[in-house]
Amino acid sequence: MVVAVTAAEETREFEEHFDRTIAREQRIEPRDWMPGGYRKTLIRQISQHAHSEIIGMQPEGEWITRAPSLRRKAILLAKVQDEAGHGLYLYSAAETLGADRDELTDMLIDGRQKYSSIFNYPTPTFADVGVIGWLVDGAAICNQVPLCRSSYGPYARAMIRICKEESFHQRQGYELLMTMTRGTTAQRAMVQDAVDRWWWPSLMMFGPPDDASPNSARSMAWKIKRHSNDELRQRFVDMTVPQAEALGVRLPDPDLRWNDERGHHDFGRPDWDELKRVISGDGPCNAERIAVRRAAHEDGAWVREAAAAHAAKQAERARGAVA
Amino acid sequence: MSSDMSSDMSSGVNGDMNGRVSGGEGDGVRASWPLYEVFVRGKRGLNHVHVGSLRAADDETALRHARDLYTRRNEGVSIWVVRSYHITASSPDEKDPFFAPSGDKVYRHPTFYEIPDDVPHM
Amino acid sequence: MSDNPYEALSGEGDARWAFGTGFTDPLAGVDTGVPDGVDGSDLATYCLMLGDDALIMSHRLQQWCTRAPELEEEVALANIALDLLGQARLLLARAGQSDGSGRDEDSLAFLRDAPEFRNVRLAEEANGDFARSMARLLVFAVWRLALLDRLAGSRDPVLSAVAAKGVKEVTYHRDYAAGWVVRLGDGTPYSRERMREGLEAVWPLVTELFTPHEVELRLAAAGVAVDPSELRAEFDAVLDQVLGAAGLARPRAVPGLGGRAGGGNARGRHGEHTAELDDVLAEMQTVPRALPGATW
Repeated sequence: MVVAVTAAEETREFEEHFDRTIAREQRIEPRDWMPGGYRKTLIRQISQHAHSEIIGMQPEGEWITRAPSLRRKAILLAKVQDEAGHGLYLYSAAETLGADRDELTDMLIDGRQKYSSIFNYPTPTFADVGVIGWLVDGAAICNQVPLCRSSYGPYARAMIRICKEESFHQRQGYELLMTMTRGTTAQRAMVQDAVDRWWWPSLMMFGPPDDASPNSARSMAWKIKRHSNDELRQRFVDMTVPQAEALGVRLPDPDLRWNDERGHHDFGRPDWDELKRVISGDGPCNAERIAVRRAAHEDGAWVREAAAAHAAKQAERARGAVA
Repeated sequence: MSSDMSSDMSSGVNGDMNGRVSGGEGDGVRASWPLYEVFVRGKRGLNHVHVGSLRAADDETALRHARDLYTRRNEGVSIWVVRSYHITASSPDEKDPFFAPSGDKVYRHPTFYEIPDDVPHM
Repeated sequence: MSDNPYEALSGEGDARWAFGTGFTDPLAGVDTGVPDGVDGSDLATYCLMLGDDALIMSHRLQQWCTRAPELEEEVALANIALDLLGQARLLLARAGQSDGSGRDEDSLAFLRDAPEFRNVRLAEEANGDFARSMARLLVFAVWRLALLDRLAGSRDPVLSAVAAKGVKEVTYHRDYAAGWVVRLGDGTPYSRERMREGLEAVWPLVTELFTPHEVELRLAAAGVAVDPSELRAEFDAVLDQVLGAAGLARPRAVPGLGGRAGGGNARGRHGEHTAELDDVLAEMQTVPRALPGATW
């Protein structure tokens, strides 16, 4: 018996199967059929996330050689190393979708792909290391913990590993700030200054407000994203306010106050024009961040080529020995 | 550290990378290193479990990179690495009437991930 | 939305995810008294020598961060830097403990001036390109491994414990560097030339590694330290093996000259350093010196 199935019918059946899998909260795995848009959205999201980890090494990495105690130096070195590892987990997840890490790297250093705008801000003092751990990693955790349930299996699994490690990152940052606020007056001033500079950019990490975030709805329907930008931002604010009080620092928002009716904190409006400017390349450190990544990639080309050439020679020698 | 780029970014991947597969299987010398899949035995008595992939110029380096990357926190007593190219995979769900298109390259798509018991929400 | 995002992070086996927990203290249960018949001041000086080697070498490796030729190498280089930093911390702490000064690891790392540093000059050299960095790391690791291997039998229980842990770590460092020297030596004509130049650049600093300081000799006689002149044969054998696999010739020794700054004498061990160490210290010590009395 020959069953004639048209391509359109087949695609529709694939789609229904895909939709049912998502609806049942099951994971999509690499060789499953998936809509082109789902694949493309995932590649974009995962690779930009990977780029953020790698570019995110720089603001703190600058402080490794200048860390003021050997314990802090070891912690920071381990943390920045984790970020390289996180980038690798994520590039690995992107490669299961057919992306190629080299191409993704090219797109990063050509400016065709973006990374989180937060890493375009400078780190002038060591207190920045603590505040990045507390606020930036804290915001990242809010964003990322729901992604452990992302519908795409390799991404979800990478995120589980990353979130576990991020928890150490946030704790080390907060612990550094606690130590510093108990230190000298100059140290307390450094901490407050860093909080003043990082608070608003941290809120922007959740992205534009929901009504200005065109791709969010589809990503949520596909369960690539699990919560809206504004939901996550609110969660972050509610979580951070008591932490700031415990630390004895002031969050630089005159509109920040508890709203009994909503059961949440009200807070001011981030400067969305600033976010747009920084995303479009006009942040304080955009050019420098890309330049460092590009230099590492280009300066390392001869090393990577040599390793590949050696491996090819070895394989050739092995064949010669067999023959 | 990182953030969820789904929201922060406005521009996406240019070009069509869907289904595009490259790198690693050929004999030619490329500056980019081939892809390896990594399997770690978490402790004695357990199977090796797939944990992810990495790039390396050769088998020996792959093992080294795997140790550095996937056992940074003392997870694991034994590591296997294998060129992704050498993996043959079944279709994702044999019992299911729907099969993946056969056009894509199997070696890019390890399908036998196992989830460790202590993983939440999976 | 009511679920706390941190809940998903807790659970069994959490300790390993937080840095500094879940690892065994290499000095747990080790007697920290100074062994009989050993001068505490000599022991402290010796600990500074080996500790400063590790601290300064680690610093140079830290400078590769975000600049490595591939992301996998970022992770590997950071591992090596972390291992050496760990060794430095144990050795500096031991130094402050044995000379009775009570200085902790941080006051020794951040508040000494260059002439008080006892590291060999090989460690302080600027990185150069990746080939030169791998040449230096190979020389350093082969030498240090031979040293730690013998030091594991030291009469000082702390040095013995630190060395036993270090042997495993430095074996990995040596293999990592050797792998790269072979790959670069054998790889492309360009990498081969870079590797050859890298080796030549670090070679004048090799002799110093095997020239004993009087403290090393006194402590070696007491069964506490290692006389570095005993390490040369093993070093040469390993280097020859690696260079052979890389298809590279051993750089020619320059008798009586010893390179840029009289490499034949153990000057680093005496606190005589190049301007490169000043650069390292200016960077490393900047914050603690600018903010005295601060706590981190």
